[in-house]
Amino acid sequence: MGDINTAMTEQYRNDFLKEVEANVEEGQWVKMCMQCGVCSGSCPLGPAWEHPPQEIFMMIRAGRRDEVLKSESMWMCTSCYNCIVRCPRELPITHIMHGLANYAHRLGLAPKMNPTRRFAKMFWKNLTKSGRVNEIELSVGLYFMDGFKTGVARAWAMKDIGLGMLKTRRLNPFGFVTHKGCKDKKGIQKMLKKAQEIEDRRKGFAA
Amino acid sequence: MADVVATHETIVVVGGGISGMTAAVEAAETGKNVILLERTPSLGGRVNQLYKYFPKLCHPTCGMEINLRRLRANKRIKVLTLAEVSKVEGRAGDYKISVTLHPRYVNEHCTACGACGVAVAAEIPNPFNYGMSRMKAAYLPSLMAYPQRYVIDPSILGTPDAEKAREACKYGAVDLDMKAEAITLSAGAVVWATGWRPYDAAKIQPYGYDRFDNVITSVEFERLSDPRGPTGGRIVRPSDGKEAKNVAFIQCAGSRDRNHLKHCSRICCMASLKQTTYVRERFGDEARSTVYYIDIRAIDRFEDFYQKVQADSTVRFVKSKVANITEDQSTGDVILHGVDTEGYHRYDNRHDLCVLAVGMEPSVDIKAIADVAVDASGFIQMGATDGGVFGAGCAANALDVNRSVQSATASVLRAVQVVNRVAKAEG
Repeated sequence: MGDINTAMTEQYRNDFLKEVEANVEEGQWVKMCMQCGVCSGSCPLGPAWEHPPQEIFMMIRAGRRDEVLKSESMWMCTSCYNCIVRCPRELPITHIMHGLANYAHRLGLAPKMNPTRRFAKMFWKNLTKSGRVNEIELSVGLYFMDGFKTGVARAWAMKDIGLGMLKTRRLNPFGFVTHKGCKDKKGIQKMLKKAQEIEDRRKGFAA
Repeated sequence: MADVVATHETIVVVGGGISGMTAAVEAAETGKNVILLERTPSLGGRVNQLYKYFPKLCHPTCGMEINLRRLRANKRIKVLTLAEVSKVEGRAGDYKISVTLHPRYVNEHCTACGACGVAVAAEIPNPFNYGMSRMKAAYLPSLMAYPQRYVIDPSILGTPDAEKAREACKYGAVDLDMKAEAITLSAGAVVWATGWRPYDAAKIQPYGYDRFDNVITSVEFERLSDPRGPTGGRIVRPSDGKEAKNVAFIQCAGSRDRNHLKHCSRICCMASLKQTTYVRERFGDEARSTVYYIDIRAIDRFEDFYQKVQADSTVRFVKSKVANITEDQSTGDVILHGVDTEGYHRYDNRHDLCVLAVGMEPSVDIKAIADVAVDASGFIQMGATDGGVFGAGCAANALDVNRSVQSATASVLRAVQVVNRVAKAEG
C-alpha cells in the first residue's frame, strides 16, 4: 500500500481535489460545495466530528491531504442522510464521506484503531467467507473486538435484546456450527474477486 | 363594460403593481392606448406593502403618488381592477384576452367616506398586512388605494351586514346585485407584469415557520415595522407581544436551494440589510440584529449600503446557512442551530424573533394562461418566442423595484414596436 500512496502523492502533488475527483466515490461533487454549512449543522453526530463535512470539503480544496485522509471524521458518518436531504446543491454528502473513508483505507492512511473501520473489515470478511452474514459470529466479534473483559460487559449490557431475539427466533445461537452460507460460495467469492480486480484497475490500484 | 374600447393597436398590461403601472404610463405617454388590468381591488401591488425601500430608505407612498398622478393625468389609460385574466390567445398584433371582472359591490359613486365600514360588524383577515390583522368586511384596501373606493367582501353577501352597508351609504354606492362579468379584450401586444409572491416558508421544514409563532417572513416583518401596519410600527413578537430587540435574519430561505427555488431571489440580501435599520431605528443601541448568510449579494452601489450596515455595532453577521430552528417553549424564544463557515464553530443562538428572508416566485403559472417561454423557475424568458406577450418586472425575473421599472420600460418598447407594425399594416 505504501507504494500506491507514494505514487498518488506524486501524481497529484498539489491538487488533492483532482485526486479526490478521480478516486473517491462521488468525489466529482466536492467542488460544488458552496460552504453554507447546512450539512454540518444538520448532522446528528456533528459535535463528535473533528472536521464536519463542510470543513472537509474546504480542506480537500485547500490541499490538506494528510489531515483529511488520516482523519477520523468521515468514519463518524452513520448514513442518516440528513445532510443529503438538506443540501441546497444536492451533494451526495453521505456517499462522499464513505468514499473518502474507503479511499483512505485503500491507501493505508485510515486510522488503524478506528472502530468503524475495524467493524467494516470484520463485516466484509464475515460476509465474503460464506456469501451470507453469520450474525452470531459477527455480533460476538464486534463485542469482543477490544478484548475479553469489555466483550463480556458489552454482551451483558445487550442481553435483553439478545434474549428477545432468541425468543422470537431472530438469532440462531448455534450459528457458529450450523451456519451454512449461500449455495455457491466459490462462485460468489470468484465474482467478488473479479469485481475487486475491475475496480482496482479502474482506480489505478492494480499492482 | 361597454365603455372599454380595445383594438389591435391597444396594449394590454396585466398586473397593476409597480411594473404594470410603469408599463401603462410609459406606453400611454408614447401615445398608445392602454388597458391596465389588476386582479385585486387596487393598484400598487407589493411595493405598496413595504415600509421603506432600499437603498435610499424612502417610503413607497412617494413613488406611488408620482405614478398615480401620471396615470390619472393620462386619458389613454383605462384601469380595470378586480380583473382576472384567464386566457390570452392569438399572435403578435392580434390577441384575444379573456377577462373576468369580479364584483366590487361598490360603484363609482363611492367617496371613500367609510360609513359602510363602520356599519358592518363582520371582520376578515387583512391581506394588505399578510393576514396579521383583521379588518371590516367593507374596506378600503389601503390608504393609498387607487381607485379610492371601498370594497364589500363577498363573504357578507346575504347577511344582515350587507344590508347595513347598503343602508349606511349616503351616496347609493353600495350595489349588492353586481355580478361577475366575462369580457374579451382585443390587443396588439400584452405586457405581462403579474409580479411575484413570497415563497411558502412552511415548505422549509427545518425552520418551523408553520410551528413556531416567532418565526416570520421578511414580508411580514415589513408590515410589522410600518407605522401603518398591524402593530402601528411596534416591532413585537407574534407569540406574546413582547418587543423583539434581538432579531435574527436568515438569508436564502428557499432561494438558491435545489429543494426549493433554484434561483437567487436577488432582493433578499438588501431587504434584510434594510430591515436591520428598522430594528436600529426602533430600539437604538439596544437593538441586536444578526444576519445569517451564505454570501451577501449587494451589487453595484448597494455595496455602500452594506458597508454602512456592517459599521453598525448593533448588527452582527454570521456566515452560515442555519441548519434548523427550535423553540424554547417556556419563553417563546427561537434558537438557531448551525455551524459557521469562518472557523467552523457550532452555535445555538437564542433570539426574540427570527425573520426568514423568503425568496420570490412568479405569482401565477403564466404558461397556463399565455403562450410564452418560461425558465426553470417559471419566469418569462424575453425573446424566446416571436410572440407579442412581454414579461415585465418580477414576472420576468426576481428583481428589485429599480430594476422592475427598467424591465417594464424595456418591455413597453417591444410592445410599442408590435402595435406600430400593426398600425402600419392597417394603414
